[in-house]
Amino acid sequence: MSESIHLTYEVSADDFTRAGEASSSVKRMLKQMGVSPEAIRKVAIAMYEGEINMVIHAQGGHIDVEISPEEIIMTLADRGPGIRDIEQAMQAGFSTAPDNVRALGFGAGMGLPNMKKYTDDMKIETELGVGTTVTMKVYI
Amino acid sequence: MEKGKFYTSVHLDESLCKGCINCIKRCPTQAIRVRNGKAVITKEFCIDCGECIRICPHHAKLAAYDTLDVMKNYKYTVALPAPSLYGQFNNLDDVNIVLTALKKMGFDDVYEVSGAAELVSEISRDYVSRHKEGWPYISTACPSVVRLIRVRFPNLIEHLLPVQAPIDLAAELARKKAVEDTGLNPDEIGIIFISPCPAKVTAVKTPLGITHSEVDAVLAIKDVYPKLLPFMKEAASEPENLAISGKIGISWGGSGGEAGGLLTDSYLAADGIENVIRVLEDLEDQKFAKLEFIELNACSGGCVGGVLTVENPYVAKVKLKRLRKYMPVACNHLASAGEVNGYWTEGVEYVPVFKLGENMKESIAMMNQVDVLCEKFPGLDCGSCGAPTCRALAEDIVRGVANERDCIHILREYIHKISDEISMLDTGRKNS
Repeated sequence: MSESIHLTYEVSADDFTRAGEASSSVKRMLKQMGVSPEAIRKVAIAMYEGEINMVIHAQGGHIDVEISPEEIIMTLADRGPGIRDIEQAMQAGFSTAPDNVRALGFGAGMGLPNMKKYTDDMKIETELGVGTTVTMKVYI
Repeated sequence: MEKGKFYTSVHLDESLCKGCINCIKRCPTQAIRVRNGKAVITKEFCIDCGECIRICPHHAKLAAYDTLDVMKNYKYTVALPAPSLYGQFNNLDDVNIVLTALKKMGFDDVYEVSGAAELVSEISRDYVSRHKEGWPYISTACPSVVRLIRVRFPNLIEHLLPVQAPIDLAAELARKKAVEDTGLNPDEIGIIFISPCPAKVTAVKTPLGITHSEVDAVLAIKDVYPKLLPFMKEAASEPENLAISGKIGISWGGSGGEAGGLLTDSYLAADGIENVIRVLEDLEDQKFAKLEFIELNACSGGCVGGVLTVENPYVAKVKLKRLRKYMPVACNHLASAGEVNGYWTEGVEYVPVFKLGENMKESIAMMNQVDVLCEKFPGLDCGSCGAPTCRALAEDIVRGVANERDCIHILREYIHKISDEISMLDTGRKNS
């Protein structure tokens, strides 16, 4: 019998109405599995921030989630423009979100910092013009 | 599981249930299944929101509450009308008319829940302003919402406002007053709540946040309303001065009323169980955090929308608005209310009722089985199996309470297969 669960979600570009669907679905399953509320909180916040990033900055992409008794690994791969300066992007308050997005209340520059803050491990692989893959781990 | 921990007021009249799928589809926590042609409620999942009572075309879903006979059990009775009661009457200009009619109907005294609500507002204002670290606070006056958070939103429990619901404070104050007025023993006095909803019945029987509710019995607004009507005219000719509340108290009857009583703009008020769930999901993802207060009511329109009311909730809201127009802002203040605690004395704990397995490993295995089953099912969520969705059926099968052939599509395939096999056998017999 398999020791882990794999879930995949497609995130479509520019569709704010659907952002958060993946994190809601994962949250529901984690609760059914009896994962601790603290780990659920971390996953929910990090995943939602990640989903929103994919909607705002990248042309959508897909999310893979692997849940095992030890950890939850979220891999968010987008087809976006890539990140020019990761260090700068990681600074709280730094954002390249356009004005129309900020008008919706997004683009506060807290996306990546929050993803880092709420996960136990985060890796960013990025290539300009190709896309970005963020891998986040939350230990159970 | 602890016995009695999951009492629910909502239940089924089997003789009226046709086994249709209306309630299973509407239930926000997927607590209902149709088994052997009758709806069955899983008590652990039910939050007493009353959605199934609203939707059932056969009126087979009922709420448990007391009958008017309960008044006979006490030497002295005090009626505690919820503010939503006042929204049921046409052209009502004075709350005292309803309160006087309640006495004519047989109660010895009345105590407005809205009076205690004003104290709850004051306590809440104080608490919210002194505990910024817990913002946003989620209101705890709607028992369905508190129960929902307890079973489904463990991370939000710390945001629950630890303040008693107006009815519980009202009951405490009403009993104290009745003992002073009459000199009777506290247990000779019946504190009787006139409620808009079944969730309040549950909250009285299995309180959250406090160990014991002072409410002795709960009557439904829809039962009391027709009994009151004949006395309204007489009461209107000579109303006693019984009202004790102002605008803030009366406003608690509709959505936004409780939040309004906090005298801050930094709040959100959502009503209707699906909207409430959306707000809680978003709050859990920290989509918004910069609010002081979140008022949530399971019923559309707030308490006026309770399933035990008579009037359309939005019409009732208009009536409350008209009624409170010339009232003072508030008539109840802690400084003059005597000794009032008003806070929760008990913590509320997460109860993971939706958990699949005993441990993580088992749950993962079960979840994988659910996925395999979901692949087999047609994904129509038709409800014919008695579960609200194909996924819910898969979960039931994995939990061991349903089987694959409950799905009519799987059953049809199975029957086809059997009939093919029989005809093959038959052909084989003829040819031999």
